[in-house]
Amino acid sequence: MEIRSPAFKENARAALDDPQLRHALEHVKSGFIVKRAMAAEALPEFEKLRDSSKAIKDETLANLDKYLEAYETKVTESGGHVHWAESAADARDIILKICQSVGARTVTKGKSMISEEIELNDFLEGNGVQPVETDLGEYIIQLRGEHPSHIIAPAVHLARSQVEADFRRVHTHLPVDRDLTEPVTLLSEARKVLRAKYFQADVGITGANFLVAETGTSVIVTNEGNGDLTQILPKVHIVLASIEKIVPTLSDLSQVLRVLARSATGQDMSVYTTLSTGPRRAGDPDGPEQYHVVLLDNGRSSMIGTEFQEMLRCIRCGACMNHCPVYHAVGGHTYGWVYPGPMGSVLTPSLIGVDKAGHLPNASTFCGRCEAVCPVRIPLPKMMRHWREREFSRRLNPATQRYGLKAWAFFARRPRLYRLATSIGIPVLSLFGGRGRFKSLPLAGGWTRHRDMPAPEGRTFMQEWKQREAQKQGARI
Amino acid sequence: MNQQTPQSRRVGLFVTCLVDLFRPSIGFASVKLLEDAGYTVDVPMAQTCCGQPAYNSGDREDTIAIARKTIETFEDYDYIVAPSGSCAGMLKKHYPALFKDGDWAERAKAFSAKVYELTSFLTDVAGVDHVDVVHPGSVTYHDSCSGLRELGIREQPRKLLRSVGGLEIKEMPESDVCCGFGGTFCVKYPDISNRIVEDKTDSIRQSGAKTLLAGDLGCLMNMAGKLQRQGSDVEVRHVAEVLAGMCDTPAIGRRKD
Ligand code: SF4
Repeated sequence: MEIRSPAFKENARAALDDPQLRHALEHVKSGFIVKRAMAAEALPEFEKLRDSSKAIKDETLANLDKYLEAYETKVTESGGHVHWAESAADARDIILKICQSVGARTVTKGKSMISEEIELNDFLEGNGVQPVETDLGEYIIQLRGEHPSHIIAPAVHLARSQVEADFRRVHTHLPVDRDLTEPVTLLSEARKVLRAKYFQADVGITGANFLVAETGTSVIVTNEGNGDLTQILPKVHIVLASIEKIVPTLSDLSQVLRVLARSATGQDMSVYTTLSTGPRRAGDPDGPEQYHVVLLDNGRSSMIGTEFQEMLRCIRCGACMNHCPVYHAVGGHTYGWVYPGPMGSVLTPSLIGVDKAGHLPNASTFCGRCEAVCPVRIPLPKMMRHWREREFSRRLNPATQRYGLKAWAFFARRPRLYRLATSIGIPVLSLFGGRGRFKSLPLAGGWTRHRDMPAPEGRTFMQEWKQREAQKQGARI
Repeated sequence: MNQQTPQSRRVGLFVTCLVDLFRPSIGFASVKLLEDAGYTVDVPMAQTCCGQPAYNSGDREDTIAIARKTIETFEDYDYIVAPSGSCAGMLKKHYPALFKDGDWAERAKAFSAKVYELTSFLTDVAGVDHVDVVHPGSVTYHDSCSGLRELGIREQPRKLLRSVGGLEIKEMPESDVCCGFGGTFCVKYPDISNRIVEDKTDSIRQSGAKTLLAGDLGCLMNMAGKLQRQGSDVEVRHVAEVLAGMCDTPAIGRRKD
């Protein structure tokens, strides 16, 4: 996926000017937030579960090597194969080789952000293997040649009418006069079209919400059941997951699942929670003949032991973006790479470099709503600030900003000079603010382009205070 | 009500740079509220800014220098009170995190324990449960982010406002959503900030209130600037002005006719 993060500001401008997008983003605001709040409210132990989920992930990360090894052992014991992929390219190659080993022409795919991260679809297509997305949102995105704009609702930036138009454009074998006015009719049409593909596919690729070290199990949660068909019907099932998806035990899994859906969609549980361990055993009624797990690092292990380690607790629920005023304003594509919203603003610089993704951790008001809802209590604003610190110490931010800040800090560190400068400057500024505010102001164009700037009242508080104290003294004498 | 001895009632007022420069009335309203609650208020001249512009721009070195100065200036007071959730949050929650260990870490910790935002100090520490003033008309209250999420300030200002004679609180939808100010954010990303504050002014209008109040001047200037650009006649004030009964100065962004 082309990295468009450096053009964040231009992307934002275009997004803000798009009325259809604005309308679509209203759903993020109105839908997810209320539902999460109700789900959290309805479960008395919700806050405690957040604490224990955080603790589970912290413990996992502190011993990640141990749990990964244990996981591999269990997968192998159950007849599966674990493949270690250090980079995106490694992961792509491993997957292609598996596909080629069974002569695959078509692969079905469950929803996976890792697949986006390693740009799997283009690569497979370029090598003669046709990927078919089976999650409704992903399917729509694939038809449009786009990328997801949200980690759990990939097509949230689209209106129903746009999807209808896409379906009519692509599904030309269906009657033209069919009724597609209800979202559910779109879902059943996609289901019908996809049904045939499941049986054609030689390989099914899914992501994993969790990997359980204790049992070597991969876990997916979906609402459409597409993931189940993807992983059960083809001969080969490939699980594509990043290394931090591990949880130690099944009992840990059950705890984290209780916060995942509630935080994501406000459901108590997603409709389908599917656990798979190894290939089909003798006597199993169904299941794949081969079971592969591709474990992707792609820079994550280098986050361990740094101020960004906590980001690896993320369980990809999407709550942070659902509650983010910046995401609400500009949508997911503006962020310019795979992961949008607050979690992306922390993770993306780790994965593609802060030199390219520098806008992301800066484009936050630090309102803290993301951290307030994150089920595993990731201090997202704090980590965005850490990125700003790295940028500042590497002199990556614009020179005008640096010098402005340094000049300001020079005074802020020297109270006497600060007092002197402000006691001269502020009354002058106030003098010009004849109507109580400024419509435009030099050096404050960013502010006055959109709003007036209230003028200072007159003299500074300190000037007034000194005078008041002096008068008091005088009165006492 | 309050069992403290007079010796433990010295408050150092952290004025905040915006109040100092743009709206001294808020400083005087704060002094009045604190004095009415029985505290001796001092305003040390050696204060400047809490350091957030540097801190949030990744300039740790200057932040630490500013934090040391602030701690030195204020650590002898019994309490440090600021009429801003954002600056109080910086002093209380972020200063201690700046110093890893040693002497300064101890000092920052001791300092931080004494820091309060104005309305929460009045209700939670001073035990004030009503103010003796009148302010006829309807107000709506915006919960500024840092105060709300870092310091848990939500009920305190409302509790005090409910005791104001003639005042009616009309809640706006999503009073807890950011106004788009975000310190340097609003000048670095003006277009995004603008969309966020537009949504906020929509909510303010929906409340139907005559006056908008909040506890942070940065947010207030942002919302007032937008309301006025839109031609709205909603008055914008800091909550301390209303609580102290000091609304004789024109509202934010207005001047006497
Ligand atoms: S950072 Fe937290 S809120 Fe955001 S997706 Fe990850 S787990 Fe969910």
